[in-house]
Amino acid sequence: MSDVAPRTVPLDEVHRAAGATMTPFGGWSMPVRYASDLAEHHAVRDRAGLFDVSHMGQVELVGPAAEDVLDAVLVSRVKDLEVGRARYTMLCDERGGVIDDVIVYRLVDRHLLIVNASNTAAVLDALAHASEGHDVTLAHLRGRILLALQGPASAEMLAAACADDVAGGAADPTSLRPFRAVGTLVAGIPVLVARTGYTGEDGFELACDGPDGRRLWETLLAAGGGAGAVPCGLAARDTLRLEAGLPLHGHELGPDLGPFETGFGRVVHLDEGRSFTGREALERIATEGPARRIVGLVAEGRRAPRAGYPVLDGATEVGTITSGAPSPTLGVPIALAAIAAGHAEPGTRLTVDVRGTLVPAEVVALPFVPRGH
Amino acid sequence: MDVPQDRVYTAEHEWIDSGEPSTVGITSYAADALGDVVYVDLPSVGRTLAAGEVFGEIESTKSVSDLYAPSGGEVVEVNTALADDPGLVNRDPYGAGWLVRLQVSEPGATMDADAYRSLTG
Repeated sequence: MSDVAPRTVPLDEVHRAAGATMTPFGGWSMPVRYASDLAEHHAVRDRAGLFDVSHMGQVELVGPAAEDVLDAVLVSRVKDLEVGRARYTMLCDERGGVIDDVIVYRLVDRHLLIVNASNTAAVLDALAHASEGHDVTLAHLRGRILLALQGPASAEMLAAACADDVAGGAADPTSLRPFRAVGTLVAGIPVLVARTGYTGEDGFELACDGPDGRRLWETLLAAGGGAGAVPCGLAARDTLRLEAGLPLHGHELGPDLGPFETGFGRVVHLDEGRSFTGREALERIATEGPARRIVGLVAEGRRAPRAGYPVLDGATEVGTITSGAPSPTLGVPIALAAIAAGHAEPGTRLTVDVRGTLVPAEVVALPFVPRGH
Repeated sequence: MDVPQDRVYTAEHEWIDSGEPSTVGITSYAADALGDVVYVDLPSVGRTLAAGEVFGEIESTKSVSDLYAPSGGEVVEVNTALADDPGLVNRDPYGAGWLVRLQVSEPGATMDADAYRSLTG
């Protein structure tokens, strides 16, 4: 796999022309930053930023058995999801580990899953297996665009971008409530707009066909005039989601870190006798409580704990850092860590082994930065 | 890429000039790869470094990297401006974003600007 060149997103040339530094991520070549990851981070907290996240997989299920198939693989039930609603959920393995965390959309004529780039193949495998013998068509929508417009001014900017469309009778996406989606037009482009995101701010995610991507990107950047959205790379996306306490698969979620460990037990629906992959293991963890929990840590000093660093309580190793960075908003080092139950309560004083130096850190409640701070 | 001819370079992306004392910094290639620098951990004045020794750390939002001494010698000055404004390393890596000044006693293995340019090109 390492010899395979990363795939390029449809907007690759647009990003390079804008001066983006590209980096391999999840098998794709993606913008890590345009000019300054700190400036991009602050733009999203203060006003608005625009991310190209077209590396994420878009998977569609069409047919009368789509709900049955999804109910057999997702930890949340899908049957009660109304048209135009979205749900954050996970696919688990038999041990209760997470294959991927996804957003599932119930649309008029289909279900759509947005999945992590590096897990797209695994999700497709699981769905294909569950679809066998059922009346459902599974499609991986390749070459599609997914943009994320995020920040307190994102509604105002989206409103400017689709003012003519709304005046002409198209659905107004800025009236969506969180985790709602609607198919509409933005500057005449057919777009699925959802009020979702991964930054801890208000915002929208917009999906369209590949050939329309460039115009949608340029329309959203131009909306709002000179003080429009700032193009943002994955570096800012990572510090924003970390400050919001949101998990990243491969860090806070994975084979040994499931929904209950990460504090997302609420997405596991165990109440109605539905059978889905991992249910028995998850029921056991729900009853017994997870052995480890993902917690927030604020460290002293200026050196940030990074993924993989050991965490200690006194002389005893009690866990591992899963993600960490100097918080651009708070100005202090913050981290997420998988910590043994019993050492994970907010207020607990721990230490992190930062490359040989023991740095004091305190367990804090998440998120580090509340929405609309 | 920006590689001044008036100094020499290491494979770890530091530069050192021929002044007395010699000024040490990181290249614009390294600064770009790190992203916004948020913290630089520098040695104390008076410490003696061997060529190739780790003398500090440079941290961005994304990652942290060791700093290697291009030559051996005594640290006679550190750039205290970086404590308040570590972004100087990004804005002016060959000027105001310098790291330390060394009284060189042991020249290290370095390369000229053309060699460094081909290494990173």
